[in-house]
Amino acid sequence: MIKVFERPKSLTDKPFHYCPGCTHGIVHRLVAEVMDELNIRERTVGVAPVGCAVFAYEYFNCDMQEAAHGRAPAVATGIKRVLPDCVVFTYQGDGDLAAIGTAEIVHAATRGENITTVFINNAIYGMTGGQMAPTTLIGQVTATTPYGRDKDRAGYPVRMSEMLATLEGSAYIERVSVHDIKHITQAKKAVKKAFETQLAGKGFSMVEVLSTCPTNWGMTPAEALKWLETNMIPYYPLGVKKEVE
Amino acid sequence: MSKVLMKGNEAIAEAAIRAGCRYFFGYPITPQNEIPAYMAKRMPETGGCFIQAESEVSAINMVYGAAGAGARVMTSSSSPGISLKQEGISYMAAAELPCVIVNMVRGGPGLGGIQPAQSDYFQATKGGGHGDYHLVVLAPSTIQEAADLVIEGFDIADQYRNPVMILGDGILGQMMEPVEFRFSNRRELPPKTWATTGHTGERPRNIINSLIIDPQALEDHVNRIYQKYGHIMKNEVKVECCNCDNADIIVAAYGTTSRIVKSVIYLARQEGIDVGLIRPITLWPFPANEFSRWADRQHVKAFLTVEMSTGQMVEDVRLGVNGKKPVFFYGRTGGMVPEPSAILEEIKKVMRSVMK
Amino acid sequence: MTHQIIIAGFGGQGIMSMGQLLAYAGMLEDKNVSWLPSYGPEMRGGTANCNVIISDDMVASPIITKATAVIAMNKPSLDKFENAVSRGGLLLINSSLIDRKASRDDIEVCYIPANEIAEKLGNSRVANMVMLGSYIAKSNAVSPGSVINSLTKVLGSSKAHFIPINQKALSMGAEYVK
Repeated sequence: MIKVFERPKSLTDKPFHYCPGCTHGIVHRLVAEVMDELNIRERTVGVAPVGCAVFAYEYFNCDMQEAAHGRAPAVATGIKRVLPDCVVFTYQGDGDLAAIGTAEIVHAATRGENITTVFINNAIYGMTGGQMAPTTLIGQVTATTPYGRDKDRAGYPVRMSEMLATLEGSAYIERVSVHDIKHITQAKKAVKKAFETQLAGKGFSMVEVLSTCPTNWGMTPAEALKWLETNMIPYYPLGVKKEVE
Repeated sequence: MSKVLMKGNEAIAEAAIRAGCRYFFGYPITPQNEIPAYMAKRMPETGGCFIQAESEVSAINMVYGAAGAGARVMTSSSSPGISLKQEGISYMAAAELPCVIVNMVRGGPGLGGIQPAQSDYFQATKGGGHGDYHLVVLAPSTIQEAADLVIEGFDIADQYRNPVMILGDGILGQMMEPVEFRFSNRRELPPKTWATTGHTGERPRNIINSLIIDPQALEDHVNRIYQKYGHIMKNEVKVECCNCDNADIIVAAYGTTSRIVKSVIYLARQEGIDVGLIRPITLWPFPANEFSRWADRQHVKAFLTVEMSTGQMVEDVRLGVNGKKPVFFYGRTGGMVPEPSAILEEIKKVMRSVMK
Repeated sequence: MTHQIIIAGFGGQGIMSMGQLLAYAGMLEDKNVSWLPSYGPEMRGGTANCNVIISDDMVASPIITKATAVIAMNKPSLDKFENAVSRGGLLLINSSLIDRKASRDDIEVCYIPANEIAEKLGNSRVANMVMLGSYIAKSNAVSPGSVINSLTKVLGSSKAHFIPINQKALSMGAEYVK
């Protein structure tokens, strides 16, 4: 019998703890498939964030370090400088990367740190119970914006990919989405490209993945996918923001 | 190897390199700027790596990553910068990552001043960051001792898988003295089988982590770390006792202050007072037994703790003396380095009060 | 024997390097030495000073409260450190830049027109070496030969061509106080 589908070797057997309909599981799988396809699992060191993906070190079947909140790019820098032949990636959410860890991600990118970041943007803090994220859309209701995000009080949502693309040190930046099969396929290509960028020693690479949080958005998984497509993509346009040859 | 005349900060940096440290992550702050500058120059010559991080917070987390990857790594800063590093230091203690952290203490609280102080004693010895943990804290008083302790500090860090802090001050960092880089008491160190260096299946997957959600598992982890601290307390105490054998009064002081006290011993003798000095070299583990031992001696009438702070180490001295003899305190704060004549006056005051 | 020297002047007068040369020379003679600079904002255009200790015994405190000698390269330094000279100690005044006399009568005072002597040598920047020459001649803290040897180490090979003029300045300074 021919096996047509199996768990990637780069994922452990540990069942995900993510909520039903959460897209973290999809992105974990994409990253793991890419690690398998590029045959880099044995020389990869991953860095897990603080946030919903805090247990990523239990899921990726490679050596892992768990970083303090927002500090994954600094931790990854330390690892990569010691082990330049290893593939080093961070997996971070929007609170981790775009709020508390803004300085770390900006400076890892501007140094052209030869690491890969997978950035999950679901416009909300999931782990702590649905508070406003730096990427929460104007008008979006969260635990800490009960009347909807008001630009006069809470400012505007930040477009990290565009911002990091302006930096000389970034080599490859793309924003993708996982709200349907077509986009998931595209997302995987982008993740692969990001790791290939690192393997080629070109510098900092990041894939921003627009994701859903049905639990904290208060929607069914299907509604959440639709909401992402209708509301997030117009503000966070998909595509390659930076690519160095 | 002949002696060279070096600034304390530069000697500390060179000692680290001699000890095999090849990674340094730091951020500028006075009075320790010679350390990163020296590392920036020397690291490329040794095939190592220097990064000027975007903040102290990033620097300590780079240290975390590099230590987790199995490297000998160091960072340095001064008081306000060390406060910023506390988060990462707590994580490193929890994840049992070895490293050496240098704090060239300046006056505080807040932005404070840039002149020498010893007001970070509590922060250094009682945890500093959140949670149950300790650093091994080494307090050199000369540049030679600073170099020796940096070299041994890396071994201590690796042996126990725990961060080690070198607690100096602006004077120690800025002054020059002859120094010789020497390796005495090298230790047999365990291989770093726990490091994340890529997982090829020869060993279980390595995870560097400080998150332990299950309360029982967390307690087991903390207890295991505290067992390790027990070994450190038993094996790693360093202390210098000077002129204590017939002392009427014993002064407790560390670092730069202890040197000033040594000048006072001579001045006091001229006034007919026999002054001894107990100088803790490890501030944690603290040489409490040494204080207890001398407090039992009949000829010792009292203890006087002298610090460049409003009184921090004095609490540990009191615990060591444990009520057997009175413990007095004299301190000045950031940059107001106690003068020998002022310390002598305090000694006389203490003598008058205990002779009553 | 313990020599405790405070050297003070304004930034650019070579105060720190004078002190370092002295400490280095002491080290070459197998003595215990320390060099402690003032640091921080006061260094930016203000007065700079350093404390140098050269001793047969271990150096206890590196901070000097009673100096066996003070070398004052400008007037604010004289004002600040004249009282730091211990009774019977030595005060060297750069009379090229300081127009007042010392107010103490319990110490030995030497007036040395260091800048003028240096200019005669063709480089006013060696005024510090003139003063150092005078100090060594008066105190015998270290031998002139040790200072020359440390000069080679401190300046490095790229600046070796400056050694003769420095050497000359040292001996002119010594000559002046004989």
